[in-house]
This record gives sequence, C-alpha cells and structure tokens, in this order.
Amino acid sequence: MKRLVKLVLRMASLLAAVSILAFLMMAKAPMDPLTAYIGVNSTISEEAKEEAIEYWNLDGPPVERFLAWAGNTLKGDFGESIVYKQPVLTVIKERFQYSLALMLASWLCSGVFGFALGVLAAVYKDSILDKVIKSVCLVFQSSPTFWVGLLALSIFAVNLGWFPIGLAAPMGKLASEVTLGERVHHLILPAATLSILGIGKITLYTRQKLLEILGSEFILYAKARGEGIWQIVGRHGLKNIAIPAVTVQFASFSELFGGIALAESVFSYPGIGSAVTAAGLGGDVPLLLGIAIFSALFVFTGNFIANILYGAIDPRIKEGGFRG
Amino acid sequence: MERGSQPVLNVEDVSISFDMYGKGMERRKLEVVHKLSLRVHAGEIVAVVGASGSGKSLLAHAILGILPGNARMEGKLEFCGKALDEAAQKEHRGKEISFIPQSVEYLDPLMKVGRQVIGVGKRRERKQRMEKMRQVFARYHLDEATAELYPYQLSGGMARRVLISGAVMGQAKLIVADEPTPGLQEGLARETMENFRELAREGCGILLITHEVGLALQAADRIAVFYAGSVLEVAPVEDFSGQGEKLRHPYSKAFLQALPQNGFQAIEGHQPYAGSLPPGCLFADRCQSRMQACMGEVRMRSLRGGEVRCIYAE
Repeated sequence: MKRLVKLVLRMASLLAAVSILAFLMMAKAPMDPLTAYIGVNSTISEEAKEEAIEYWNLDGPPVERFLAWAGNTLKGDFGESIVYKQPVLTVIKERFQYSLALMLASWLCSGVFGFALGVLAAVYKDSILDKVIKSVCLVFQSSPTFWVGLLALSIFAVNLGWFPIGLAAPMGKLASEVTLGERVHHLILPAATLSILGIGKITLYTRQKLLEILGSEFILYAKARGEGIWQIVGRHGLKNIAIPAVTVQFASFSELFGGIALAESVFSYPGIGSAVTAAGLGGDVPLLLGIAIFSALFVFTGNFIANILYGAIDPRIKEGGFRG
Repeated sequence: MERGSQPVLNVEDVSISFDMYGKGMERRKLEVVHKLSLRVHAGEIVAVVGASGSGKSLLAHAILGILPGNARMEGKLEFCGKALDEAAQKEHRGKEISFIPQSVEYLDPLMKVGRQVIGVGKRRERKQRMEKMRQVFARYHLDEATAELYPYQLSGGMARRVLISGAVMGQAKLIVADEPTPGLQEGLARETMENFRELAREGCGILLITHEVGLALQAADRIAVFYAGSVLEVAPVEDFSGQGEKLRHPYSKAFLQALPQNGFQAIEGHQPYAGSLPPGCLFADRCQSRMQACMGEVRMRSLRGGEVRCIYAE
C-alpha cells in the first residue's frame, strides 16, 4: 500500500515536471498561438485579434496561463487541437491506436530477434556466425531511422511493389471496410524500419550479458556436473540475463517514442509521431502539450512494468519487499 | 588401501599454460601448472596442499575438462585406466567424476537448489533423481524443504552439505573437491571431512585440493605438496609428523617446520612466479643443498612408499 502511494506520488511529480517544462518551452518558442489559430492569411480585423488575445489571456504572465491550462487539464480538458480541429484527447486517442500497433510490432520484433540473435552470438562466440551477427548489428545500430525508412520504401514498396508506399490503410476506403490483413500489410515496413535500431542494440546487449554469465562460477559448476552448452543456456543463462534484458526492453519505450516521429513521417503513417511533427510545424500548442504528457506517462508505464517483472524473475528482489 | 592396483585417477606430467599477450604483438606462453604427476586410488583421500592462488584449482578444472578457453593442457590424464580425453570427460562428469566447488557462489542464484542438485536428464530419470536427492539430503541432515530454497537463503553449513549432495547423486568413483572448507567453522570443516572419509570408505577416490594444511593432515591418506605449479612430493600422511624426518623433499620439510605448531620457522625467499620458473628443480633457488645437477630436468621418482621430485632425496 505504501508502495502504491509512493508510486502515485512519483508519477504525479513526474507529470507536473514534464508539463511545466513543456509549457515553458512553448511559451518561449517563437510562435504565436493566435496566428497559428487563425492562419497567416487571415483577414480578421485588429480589434477582433485583440479581443481574442484578451479572451485567451495571451498577454498575461506565463504562470497565470500555465495554471489556467493545468486547471483545465486536471479536469480532463486538454483543449482543442488547432491543426486537427478536434479535442486534443480525441486526436491522441485515435492516433495512439495506430502508433501502439506500430510500436508493439516493432518492440516485439526487436525484442524477439535481438534476444535470439544475442544468445546465438554468445553461444558461438568468435565463430563466423558471431562475427556476422556482430557486424550486422553495428551497421543496424548506426543507420539513421529515416534513412532506413526511405531505403525500405524505395526497395520494397517502389521497386518490388511488395508493400504499400504509406498510410495505415488503403486510400479512399472507409475505415469500417479496412480489413485486418490490410492493416498488417501497411504496418510491416514501418515496423521493420523502427525495429532495426532496437535489434542491433538488444542483440549486442544480450550477447554481452550472456557472455558475462557464461563466464561465472556457477556455469563452471553446471558444466562440471555434465550439463551441455544448450542445457546451460536454457537452465541458467536465460533466467540470469532476463533482468538486464527486461530492463533494456522496457527502457526502450522512450526510444520507440522518439523513433515513431521519424518512421511515421517517412511512411506518412497517421500515428502520434506524425501528429507531433504536424503539431510542431503548425504551432499547435495544446496538442504538443497533451502529447508530451501522454508520452511521459507511456515511458513511465514501461519502466514500471519492468520493475514489477524484476520481482517475478529474481527471488532476491521479491524477498526485499520490492513488488513495484 | 591397495597398492599397485589401478588408480582411479592418474595424472602424468600434466602442464597447463595460457597464451598471454604482452606489449604490442608479443605473445607468450605462461605455464602455470608444470609437469604435475599424481595418482588417486579407490578408497583413499589424496590432499593437494599448497599456497592459495598457485594454480591448484586449475588441476581440478583440467580433470573435469572445464579449463577456460585460452588454456592449453599437455600430458596424460587417465580415469580407471582409460584415457580421460574431452569426450570421456563429457561422458563422466557429473556421473562418475564429481566436482565439489568452493562456495555457494557456484550455485545459480536464480534457481532453487533442489533443481540444481537433481541436475539435467530425461523426465523419468529426473524423477528417480528426485527420490535419490531425498535420500541424500536425509543422509546429510538436510530438511526436505531445503530443496525449495534459493542459494542465498542457505547458511554456510547447509550450502556445504548441498554441494556435497550434488556430488554424490551419481555413482561417483572420483570426487574432486576444490577448497571445500574455507570460511567454515572448525566443527563444520571437520564434519565435511568426515563426510569425505565416509565416501572414501564406500570406495570413492577423493582428490582434496586445499591450502589448509591442518585439515589435510587430519583428513587425508596421502598428501601431495604443491609448489610453483607442480607436485614436489607425495607422501603418506604419517610422514608429516615430528620435524619431518621421514619426508623426502627439502621443501616439504621446510613447509612442515613453517607450520605454527612446529615453531613457524619459515625459509627465505618466495615461490617462483609462473612465467619465470627456473629450468630445473623448482625449489633450487631456495634449497640449501642445491647442486649443479639441480639445474637440469628433475623427474618424479618413487622413494620409500612415496614419490619425490628431487635428485638427491633418500
């Protein structure tokens, strides 16, 4: 119970800090919310403009404006998105579904492949297989997401025509008519692009950790008791690298969020990432703030899940009363 | 103990070396164990006694075939008269050849000890081993609930008994125990030794690697004196009495006299380091009766019911 209170407090303070910081940056940013709202070519009269400024208290002190915004937010009113002409929450909810599918797919993909490749590389250390895996991972890790995305588009979508060029569903089709297969078909390229970075990182990390474990004394003992290499990996290796693996895997939530901004832009995928880009370019302050808070919450959840899993994996942590 | 019968373990002229990288591209061989010879018969406890960190554990690892990848072994290993090569090691370890490690650190921290003692095998085999484990635990006064504990929950004595249990799960003919007692209270250490004696009585050959001389004197039948990566003398434990008049090698005598109960008379100098070993007798630079011939090769030879690696010992 005490843990729960602590957790809620921690989350609240994090969200407060994130929103203050985000608000401060918006206030200092060289964009005029009024212009953003009415458009540059608006023919609205000066008087009407002043009226709007007064109505929104745009000239007021930042603290006052922040408190007004925070008060509304606490009531669940995140404001209206300027770019999408819809309530911020609606935009986030709708777009997040797409992004979640994308992130989940690439997260699973990089987790599963990264882990498997890392284990293979560690078991066959210094073999050709290990060297190939290592080199590929280094290349993966150092390739920028948007570049990989463009490359994938031009090869698989344009030249080979295996995948659609963009969007989350076929163009000109009603949302209710889009099949699951079509959604998945649209998801594959962006998800693969997004997971490239993660695969490299997780593979190298898993390899490193497993090698550390394989060098430890209890592995020597297991071997002395007649266990073969795969028995050792299965019985002792996997569980012992699970904690670091879970840590990177869930800590990568934040990178995923960063990655989708690029990947979604390249593939014109209508998720949170492309909404951020649009909001930033269009000076859509409410939406930007909403997404900032939302992403903080998302990353926090990732780390929180990792914490709970630690206890499930390592009995020593559980006994210490760490249940998340 | 029967002399002349086939030994359970025969170690002959075994050397273990590592490839070391020096400055730049220089690569040299670092020999840590040096032409070591030793035999263990069924039913006896042979203690290898020597300073900590002098490479004794490598001997244990070589017998089990768990040397690190960059180590190289030369010489001959035999188990029950048959060559103990990599394939044989794989076949025997955990079954006929058991290993008792130093500490609870050698248990997987995330696995219940019962599962570790039972080990691997097919489903039906594992069931039988589970039954066997119950018997073994009872024998070593371990609660059945111990099997459900994680290594960090074991006390020092329990951990020790769990590790011994692990070694007697199969039909072990040879047990290699690497420093099984450090950090144990005297009572527990003695109990451990009694367990070893019992196993020896049942026909096991036991190779006990330790730096605790007192313990070796209490528990072993024969003692192998380990010095600078090799065994200089193997003698029945009775010979280590008095001032060591019955001992064969000048180092063994000096070693015995340096013990607390014998007046702490340490001799000058220190053991040569691996990598800068003298060409002939390893002890020559500290030996008072050194001769020119000691600079040549000195081989192990039998003498008065023991073995010695000294050309003029008599």
